[in-house]
Amino acid sequence: MGSFFRSEKMFLCQLFIQPEAAYSSVAELGEAGSVQFRDLNADVNAFQRKFVNEVRRCDELERKLRYVEAEINKENLHIPEIEDLPNAPNPREITDLETSLEKTENEILELSQNAVNLKSNFLELTELKYVLEKTEVFFTEQEGINGTDSLTRALITEDSSAQATNIRGRLGFVAGVVPRERVPAFERMLWRISRGNVFLRQAELDQPLEDPSTGNQIYKTVFAAFFQGEQLKSRVKKVCTGFHASLYPCPSATTEREEMVKGVRTRLEDLNMVLNQTQDHRHRVLVSVAKELQNCMVMVRKMKAIYHTLNMFNLDVTKKCLIAECWVPVRDLAGVRKALAEGGRASGSSIPSFLNVIETSEGSPTFNRTNKFTRGFQNLIDSYGVSSYREVNPALYTIITFPFLFAIMFGDAGHGLILTAFGLYMVIEEKKLMKQKSDSEIWNIFFAGRYIILLMGIFSVYTGFIYNDIFSRSLNIFGSSWTIDGYNISDIQGNAELTLSPYTNFAKFDASPYPVGLDPVWQAATNKIIFLNSYKMKLSIIFGVAHMIFGVCLSVVNHIHFKKSINIILEFVPQILFLLLLFAYMVAMMFIKWVIYYPQETVDCNNETVTCTQDVLDVIRYGPSCAPSVLILFINMMLFKSSPPTGIGCQEFMFDGQDVIQTAFVVVAVLCIPVLLLAKPLYLLCCGRSKKSEHTSENGDVNQGLELTPEMVDTPSPSPAHAEHNEGDNAVGEIFILQGIHTIEYILSTISHTASYLRLWALSLAHAQLSEVLWTMVLSIGLTGSADGDAQSYVVGSILLYVLFAAWAGLTLAILVMMEGLSAFLHTLRLHWVEFMSKFYEGAGYVFQPFSFKIILEGEDVVED
Amino acid sequence: MKICGPKLSLCGLIISVWGIFQLVLMGIFYYVKSIALSEDLPGVESEGGFESPEDFYKIADRGYIQNAYNCWIAACLYIFTLVISGHQFYVNSRSSMNM
Repeated sequence: MGSFFRSEKMFLCQLFIQPEAAYSSVAELGEAGSVQFRDLNADVNAFQRKFVNEVRRCDELERKLRYVEAEINKENLHIPEIEDLPNAPNPREITDLETSLEKTENEILELSQNAVNLKSNFLELTELKYVLEKTEVFFTEQEGINGTDSLTRALITEDSSAQATNIRGRLGFVAGVVPRERVPAFERMLWRISRGNVFLRQAELDQPLEDPSTGNQIYKTVFAAFFQGEQLKSRVKKVCTGFHASLYPCPSATTEREEMVKGVRTRLEDLNMVLNQTQDHRHRVLVSVAKELQNCMVMVRKMKAIYHTLNMFNLDVTKKCLIAECWVPVRDLAGVRKALAEGGRASGSSIPSFLNVIETSEGSPTFNRTNKFTRGFQNLIDSYGVSSYREVNPALYTIITFPFLFAIMFGDAGHGLILTAFGLYMVIEEKKLMKQKSDSEIWNIFFAGRYIILLMGIFSVYTGFIYNDIFSRSLNIFGSSWTIDGYNISDIQGNAELTLSPYTNFAKFDASPYPVGLDPVWQAATNKIIFLNSYKMKLSIIFGVAHMIFGVCLSVVNHIHFKKSINIILEFVPQILFLLLLFAYMVAMMFIKWVIYYPQETVDCNNETVTCTQDVLDVIRYGPSCAPSVLILFINMMLFKSSPPTGIGCQEFMFDGQDVIQTAFVVVAVLCIPVLLLAKPLYLLCCGRSKKSEHTSENGDVNQGLELTPEMVDTPSPSPAHAEHNEGDNAVGEIFILQGIHTIEYILSTISHTASYLRLWALSLAHAQLSEVLWTMVLSIGLTGSADGDAQSYVVGSILLYVLFAAWAGLTLAILVMMEGLSAFLHTLRLHWVEFMSKFYEGAGYVFQPFSFKIILEGEDVVED
Repeated sequence: MKICGPKLSLCGLIISVWGIFQLVLMGIFYYVKSIALSEDLPGVESEGGFESPEDFYKIADRGYIQNAYNCWIAACLYIFTLVISGHQFYVNSRSSMNM
């Protein structure tokens, strides 16, 4: 757990690996997943790198696998998920994999090609069958007319009938199929080119036909165009090709047509059988491939990742070994050494690979080891900015402060219970839910933050009990501490509202306050909001100031760790003094006011006719009517003003000597500002020189370390990114400007941030009021329905309650839990990012991205989804 | 027999479980005449006021009892809803398993 306090210590290491052992070593490191390689060939074009051919081969393999996967998906086959991922294959196995994949791909390609051919054949035959069947109708109609014609004609004269048949004999026709949406245009075109001399008959096909190459369903229409003359025939044919109509030979004689239909039918049946067999075969092939697919995919991806990493390595001048540079967390160093040894053994190389730690002043990546519980909180922090290397990690404190500040705004035990139930469901069913990967982005966000939601829910239940709010109703568990006294029946009957005085109804009976949270009597009070506002405002300022003081204190840990102890005196002390003397003092005044003022038996001394003795005045001095406003006291303190006490017997201040203390506090706090502004730049100016000399000696160390290992001297200098940052060279003006900005920012922000914590009160007020309104506007109607007391009113009342409860529950979920929850979440996030973290957090680091097969494979899965 | 889809049946399940718990509890609280729920009683907001405290208590007590029964009847209706949506949920999950 110590690692979560700040990011882990990292080493920059050089790996010297024999070329023959390189592949297996990197494979081992990828399995271990604790090393971030640096690109040593950043200036080299991607195509000029050493293993570019291998990467290309892997790419090609991946393409083939994707094609096969697409084919399998087309067939709606299930690709089995593999439980244990295979290791990266040997470099020699790549050829085997290539040949087997090549074979599979060709087989599938051939099968698909065959299927397309067969299908287009099938389509043609089906169309021909339809043409023959449908045109049958046209011809019978035609012949029917012909027949009657000739019969009637024959009765009159032989000659004219012969003439008629003569004319009809020259009537030609073409028959075919055209897509249905083109029919109107087709018809018009035919009519135009023939000036109305073409006679078109058409019949729609009821069943859609399948396009062989795309598999789309197309609706088509059978047509037969009758015309006269050869010229018109060629024109009609041209139009047909223009409209992508397929023409089919159609004999004009009925008997021939019948025979043809028969022939087509038998051929269709044969073809169907062949098609089914091809389909079966294809299915079998794909099923067998599907079993292996995921395995191959993982292997190829791993191989590609390895070669990609190898491309980042440098070749030694003697070409005897590969040199890699990488960041390794110190805790994983042993594991990396073991992986290297393992890799060397696997490749049978005689010379072991070795690892050399190099000293560097370069910024290391930030690595916070997280588990499933802390990951969500770390993500909250990282989305603001990845912490600088070895800086205090605020995520640790966020685990408690985040849900707590959220709960202050979301304080309602009922809504908290809903949130807890939701979070608990996700945590308990974690494994099951993790397996069924969901595409829904919102669900994934909720699921990633399941522990945050659970904690937020639990804390909300707690604050709900403190506010005594459960769905905006109060629980009277311990019995209210207030007693109704001094009113008789006529008072109650005559007045809509009666005052309960803290003395006569509470303190007089020596009552102790309600044990936990707010006294339930407040639910019935008309001044509940006024009371709660003052209570919650004070709470939010108290928590806010505590939160900020904690943030400022954390900067001490940073100063000590980064060996800038002088900053504690020059920066931290004036900062914390400013905060403590002004705002922590205000918080202290709140507590003093709560403690020393207590309900007393009062006499109205402001009245002229009453004379009060000193004893009475002493009692009144600490009574509720004399309690001064903390805010007014604070404003007067800042402005060095004074205001008269609230009444006779009261005093302006809470305790003796308060005015002197206050003046001293303000003066010291104001004096902190110039200290903050000038002390550090002046110190840097004085001591700048000594710092510079320290720095150069550090540089010498690095070189010395390199000289100890003779092979390494020849290696080209690791990377251009090695530039040293020179703190001492900053110009004087720049230092002053920077410090000025920091000072102004800090001073102004302490004031504005304190005010900003009032959002805790504002949101909690809004939440409580909204849930109250929802109860009275919706559920109350169902409860106060009818007062008749007969059976009918029970039926009506309960059904009304049944319906309104569902509406109330839905609205509660949508508005109070979802919407208010999101807004409270956002405000909490802001309070952490801005008000808390600005006090100590730099966030200028970059995240440690280890070379790990697990991350690579998971990442690709996400992209595919 | 399938009437509603998987989402609606899940929604019905959640609301009825919630409804049963809350309405049974509210019924008990009405039955023991909880002050916190006194604002939502039938009849106590009547126009002309009450003649005597006894009069008021009579109305209020009757309202408490009636609301308690109303809550319990509504809870029973939710048990009915729970059974229906549970059955629907079962049917839906089985039909999706078959697919």
